[in-house]
Amino acid sequence: MFWTVTQALLEGFGTALELFGLTLLFSLPLGLGLAFCLRSQWAPLNHGGRWVGRRMARFRPVRGLVQLLVWVMRGTPLMLQLFVVYYGPGLLMDHNPWGRTRMLPCVLAFVINYACYFAVIFRGGMDSVPEGQREAGEVLGLSRTQIFFRITLLPMVKRIVPPMSNEIITLVKDTSLARVVAISELIRCGERFMKSDGLLWPLFYTGLFYLVFNGLLTLFFQWVERNLSYFKG
Amino acid sequence: MAMLEVKGIRKTFGGQDVLKGIDFSLERGQVLAIIGASGSGKTTLLRCINQLEQATEGTVWVDGRVVLDANHPVAQTERERRENRLRLGFVFQAFHLFPQYTALQNVMLAPQLQAKQQPDYKKHKAERLEQLRREAQALLEQVGLGDRANCYPHQLSGGQQQRVAIARALAMKPDILCFDEPTSALDPELTGEVLKVIRALAEKQTTMVIVTHEMAFARDVADRVLFLDAGSVVEQGTPDAVLNHPKELRTRQFLARFRPEESKPSAEGMENWAF
Repeated sequence: MFWTVTQALLEGFGTALELFGLTLLFSLPLGLGLAFCLRSQWAPLNHGGRWVGRRMARFRPVRGLVQLLVWVMRGTPLMLQLFVVYYGPGLLMDHNPWGRTRMLPCVLAFVINYACYFAVIFRGGMDSVPEGQREAGEVLGLSRTQIFFRITLLPMVKRIVPPMSNEIITLVKDTSLARVVAISELIRCGERFMKSDGLLWPLFYTGLFYLVFNGLLTLFFQWVERNLSYFKG
Repeated sequence: MAMLEVKGIRKTFGGQDVLKGIDFSLERGQVLAIIGASGSGKTTLLRCINQLEQATEGTVWVDGRVVLDANHPVAQTERERRENRLRLGFVFQAFHLFPQYTALQNVMLAPQLQAKQQPDYKKHKAERLEQLRREAQALLEQVGLGDRANCYPHQLSGGQQQRVAIARALAMKPDILCFDEPTSALDPELTGEVLKVIRALAEKQTTMVIVTHEMAFARDVADRVLFLDAGSVVEQGTPDAVLNHPKELRTRQFLARFRPEESKPSAEGMENWAF
């Protein structure tokens, strides 16, 4: 029995890992993009404040739009977002555009949700790198791209490792939400034994998978921190 | 034609005139010291010339070429703007070294990125890098830090960091080197080693603009002194004229406040680095 359970759980864990990996892969770059939007100074109505009021001059559409998105995605439960992404299009268009695939809408919901959290972390990281660093790059003739990749990026990464580790570990556990769109992730696999064989321990056994994997992640983040400790600032 | 020509720099911030039309010019190989009380606009002036801050009006020429035209900001492409600002080097009060790079890498970074844009870079990459490394090492030796090339900024003292920052600015071979209170973040002991480096540069006929509170140093090294108060030039001329025989009442008031300070620690420090 132990073997059967382990095998079933490993399969569920594989699905959870797939969701975890795909979410990270897409939400990290998307989050970075959103972070730049959150820092966007673009204010099309600001013409030196000559003909528009102060309020209009401070209107920054890019930043405002992304702030709205972040508010909605952080302000509502991920479970609800999963329902909306999975069932919403079908309700609106009278046919289910996702077809038989469940992973795609699920990953989509996870990516948007996590990108918003990452965006805020990234923005905080960028803000915490002193303005003088960018200025030093500017007077040396570096382009904005060079300034970001050669100067801002590493100190920023160093600063955001702790909050990122929090968020990524939470993501591991959030994959269990995928069950609401009938994806057989880890907990759902464990729960099956409760229904079919009346066994409770497989459900607790799933906890071990999360614990071990998050332990490995913790070691990884410690390794990253150690490797960035050669400089201060 | 003057090496640096600044005309009508005005800067308005929040409805207030921070700079009220500044004009000055500087010949090749000369050193200009900008002095004045805190809040008089000296740093803002230097930052406007270097385009770290947007001047409201005004034009800057370096060696006869317009590098900044605040009245027609769109006349320059981003690329031209970057090239033009390289004619000026800038040394910050707080050094702003890149913490993740060693002293040598700090000096090398910008020349290396510039070299990368050359078409034949890939072909001669190894020798080109070696050459840049040698040049950076030579610059560090010039500022007396040849043996600290592989140290990270946090392993260096403030004075050493500022000397690396000077080497880093020199690496882009600017026509004019600008210093924004280069010793204000340092204690008197470390001030001397930085001033010594700047003095050595002056002896090599480097054109420099220095915002400073070190009156003894300004008197000693500068060819011209410009006294700024409340966003206007009150007086400019030779150090002797401005610092020893000021015509304006405001200049005299300002210098009087300085005199007791400079006579003690700075004079002592001077003996250490005067040959």
